[in-house]
Amino acid sequence: MSTATENPTTYAPAAETLGTVLAPSKKPPRPSAWSASMTFGWRAMLKIKHVPEQLFDVTAFPLMMTLMFTYLFGGALAGSPTEYLQYLLPGIMVTSVVMITMYTGVEVNKDIEKGVFDRFRTLPIWRPSTMIGYLLGDILRYTMASTVILLVGLVLGFRPQGGLAGAVGGVLVLLGFSFAFSWIWTMFGLMLRSEKSVMGISMLVLMPLTFLSNVYVQPATMPGWLQVFVNANPITHLVASVRSLMAGTPDFGELTWVLVASVLMIAVFGTLTMRLYNRK
Amino acid sequence: MPDLAIQTSGLVKVFGETRAVDGLDLQVPAGAVYGVLGPNGAGKTTAVRMLATLLRPDGGEATVFGHDVVREADAVRSRVSLTGQYASVDEEMTGAENLILLARLLGHRKPAARERAAQLLEAFGLSEAAGRQVKTYSGGMRRRIDIAASILNTPELLFLDEPTTGLDPRSRNQVWDIVRIVVAHGTTVLLTTQYLEEADRLAGRIAVIDRGKVIAEGTPGELKSSVGAGAVHVRLRDAATRPDAERVLTEALDATVYLDADPVALTARITGNGREAAAAEQASRALARLAEAGIVVDDFSLGQPSLDEVFLALTDHPAAEEAAA
Repeated sequence: MSTATENPTTYAPAAETLGTVLAPSKKPPRPSAWSASMTFGWRAMLKIKHVPEQLFDVTAFPLMMTLMFTYLFGGALAGSPTEYLQYLLPGIMVTSVVMITMYTGVEVNKDIEKGVFDRFRTLPIWRPSTMIGYLLGDILRYTMASTVILLVGLVLGFRPQGGLAGAVGGVLVLLGFSFAFSWIWTMFGLMLRSEKSVMGISMLVLMPLTFLSNVYVQPATMPGWLQVFVNANPITHLVASVRSLMAGTPDFGELTWVLVASVLMIAVFGTLTMRLYNRK
Repeated sequence: MPDLAIQTSGLVKVFGETRAVDGLDLQVPAGAVYGVLGPNGAGKTTAVRMLATLLRPDGGEATVFGHDVVREADAVRSRVSLTGQYASVDEEMTGAENLILLARLLGHRKPAARERAAQLLEAFGLSEAAGRQVKTYSGGMRRRIDIAASILNTPELLFLDEPTTGLDPRSRNQVWDIVRIVVAHGTTVLLTTQYLEEADRLAGRIAVIDRGKVIAEGTPGELKSSVGAGAVHVRLRDAATRPDAERVLTEALDATVYLDADPVALTARITGNGREAAAAEQASRALARLAEAGIVVDDFSLGQPSLDEVFLALTDHPAAEEAAA
């Protein structure tokens, strides 16, 4: 019935050492929304550092997509792969990056299962910062994917008329849209029960959005009913914007469309995400 | 009664058809360990999650240091920490990274966060493992990093949800020692557990909960007196002496004696009148009687009542029984 004595070779909690860390030092003020978000962004970077294999999605996958579609369709659709690449590259960049946005949802879903999520939710911090942290890590991933595709494109003969400024501008618009679009996945990540169902829903949404668009062929070649869908598809407008920037002829109508769509997505899916996060 | 750390009245949480917490009334005094004892599915974790602002109650009221857990959630969050049943740290990150991350989120600037993390790792005997991913830690080490994370800013109230479930006895003792030290420094601890022994060792008061309600509340002594002090287990040298031993024990202890499946073993439930010392006295008197009667005893132990026995005594149904509703 007596308290067992500690084995001296193992850790024994000592009142003095523990006492010093428990000494009531004054609590620092709560971090700002910005600081908390950046800290969660740092967490996302650390996770990439510890599991670098996950970067396959943002390096090998985009590389494969670019090579595959350039040489598969190039000859048939535009006479030569190099010719087709001028049309395809902005689109395949959009497709690849928008496809990898779904991993945001998978990451969120994996984390909810773990106790660490509870810890974050009991902290007195600005609530959306946890979610923004995921997205900051993802922006790094999107940037890597875009860079890989741009470099591969340049090697294969892609020559954007808008020059460096046009190419960078196009990538920035894509990153902005993807940040907004990712809130759909944070919502599903919190809503669905398993990462498998998050993946399933993501594919169901992403496949039609990316294929039934102007990424691969001109919408004018499609039947009328399909054109209706394609022209309403946000991906079509995004691709048109990115193309116009890279071609050095910015289409402000399309850019405005993308901006409005991005703001709306953040407003709607950001709100739904935070509602789920608070209710979970 | 001193200040209350937690006060709930009629707290309810419903999941579908199940009333996980069903009118819970608790008054937890500040500055001590309060034990919440109950079997799996009794509603302990659900209650803790509501008090820690992780779940929204479906009915009733709960305040932590006077702050409502729903309307003043941020005020509650700045005063409490939670260590759940599963490690509340990121397994893919190192011990140091976990603590630095949380210190930053609690408002420490970078150098201060690093320093604080190093101090805690040292105090919890984890300095050597600081640079290793938490998934490589043993169960005891995980528990320690978890508790370290909970006291980064010394909280006024610490929730420990089954902190020793699944730990080996040595790690369990370490956790107990840590809890005692934390409480000695003024933090109130709400401890949930399935083990009466754990609640008895650590808690000043215990609430026994079953099916989402408090079914008994009091000091460990009060609880035990209502349940009985425990059981004497005896192993005899010779199975042939068991009938004699049964008779002697029944007389000496004035208690029911059970014959175990093992032909040389017997168990007697004793009352002890609520005091452990009295139980020990009774037990030693019984042993002496056995010796006088010439019965050789190979092994003897005095056990505390199990959770099952507590439940049988309080509810007439065993702890493991599915909550029917």
